Amino acid sequence: MSMTEAPPAIPRAGSGAKTWRRATSIVPQRSVAGHALVIVIAIMTFLSCLTLGAVTLVRDTASVWQTQIAREATIQIKPDDGFDMNAALTQAQAIASGFSGVRSASIVDSAATARLLEPWLGAGLDIDELPVPRLVIVTIDENAPPDFASMRQALRAAVPNVSLDDHRNWVDRLVSMARTTVLIGIAILVLMLAATVLTVVFATRGAMAGNGPVIEVLHFVGAESQFIAAEFRRHFLWIGLKGAAAGSLAAIIVFVMFAWWSSRNIATPEADQATALFGNFVIGTTGYVGVLFILALVAGLTAATTHFTVVARLNSIDIGRTDHD
Amino acid sequence: MGPEILRDISFHIPRGSFQFLCGPSGAGKTTLLRLLFLSLAPTRGLITVFGKDRTQILRAELPLIRRKIGIVFQDFRLLDHMTTYENVALPLRVRGREEASYRSDVVELLKWVGLGDRLHVLPPVLSGGEKQRAAIARALIEQPEILLADEPTGNVDPTLARRLLRLFIELNRSGTAVVIATHDLHLMDQVEARRMVLAEGRLDVHD
Repeated sequence: MSMTEAPPAIPRAGSGAKTWRRATSIVPQRSVAGHALVIVIAIMTFLSCLTLGAVTLVRDTASVWQTQIAREATIQIKPDDGFDMNAALTQAQAIASGFSGVRSASIVDSAATARLLEPWLGAGLDIDELPVPRLVIVTIDENAPPDFASMRQALRAAVPNVSLDDHRNWVDRLVSMARTTVLIGIAILVLMLAATVLTVVFATRGAMAGNGPVIEVLHFVGAESQFIAAEFRRHFLWIGLKGAAAGSLAAIIVFVMFAWWSSRNIATPEADQATALFGNFVIGTTGYVGVLFILALVAGLTAATTHFTVVARLNSIDIGRTDHD
Repeated sequence: MGPEILRDISFHIPRGSFQFLCGPSGAGKTTLLRLLFLSLAPTRGLITVFGKDRTQILRAELPLIRRKIGIVFQDFRLLDHMTTYENVALPLRVRGREEASYRSDVVELLKWVGLGDRLHVLPPVLSGGEKQRAAIARALIEQPEILLADEPTGNVDPTLARRLLRLFIELNRSGTAVVIATHDLHLMDQVEARRMVLAEGRLDVHD
């Protein structure tokens, strides 16, 4: 192309009063929709991570409930006329200790039994004057529990009025309650993740709507589809990462604060109640790995939605749908 | 499907030719330019672009074909978040060229269209005429094989309109076919060129 005027001196970076600024991003950087998208992503990620943390907490606690209850069994001996209770207790202890899978068997002595009954019968009780059943606590190796049926048979053969409670009914009920609780938690987590996915997809599409003219201009100046998609994908991946990282970080801070509060309040009545219900409020490795998974999922989802939105827009341009006057 | 805007028209734009596409508002000038730019598909009929039937052109080929076509939109279509310089350089940037390789060309062209002092200004700050010139510069920057301009002098004063016309003629002399859609009779009177007149959906060509 021939020009009629002499080309002027070209400004170079740092060579004159007017310096060349860094090239503007092809995708508009600052927009209200973009800021709103970061906030929406951060909130949804935060809520998803909290749900995930709560589910892992419930799952871990449920598993602790089961193992703690299953760790013990109780031998109960009822008194009778002319019955030597102490001899029966010692014999029952010896029989129980003889089984493999039993770590220890300890007799609940008269003083401890009186303390157990104190809330109902009052202090200063002479336990020997009352027909109160006595207990032997058997501690079990939960990984290799003893044969309770054989133990029950051996005890019945040797000691009258004896019964063995392996807490099976309690354990079964707790296991089923724990499983139900975990299933409810997982269902809530799935719903939360589904809500997050849908919210992120629609918020991204909303933020992308304002970029339609940019996509068209890029297309018309000869940019290839992959180039346009990559530019938008990169931009929105960054938005997704920013929002998801903020939400995940906030959730981790909440986890750490709970753990700190829990450890500071050990042995207080409030903490004992909370610990009895929820364990020690410490989110395990699974929780933190889950947070990273949610972060990657949300950021990837934002980028993927952007990609498909750009491709759909380009397709509609190429088949001439959007250009009709 | 609405009424046919263009029907029974047949024409050929030779390589290196110069023509005006004229007709009253609403005659279908913009529609015809969009058909040539492949941003609109005809409901029926045959369009051949650079020797290829439009229906046989794969979607992946469209960007490569559009790189041979410069277009000046009636509504400019400048990107508001980019400076004048960046808008004009955009066709080169999306091809992956290094900025250092085209900076002087872009600056030179912008100075020539009278925007030398508006290099780092964003389009919302530009006047209508300045936007028009920036849009023309963007279409010319790669010396396309054919230039399609939709009312390119609609927002500029007569002096600048003559200057822009001179630019189009120079571009044509360097081998680019030029199609200027206009209803400005004064502009057409300044150049002896082929006139394609659109009226009521039909086309008359006056060589």
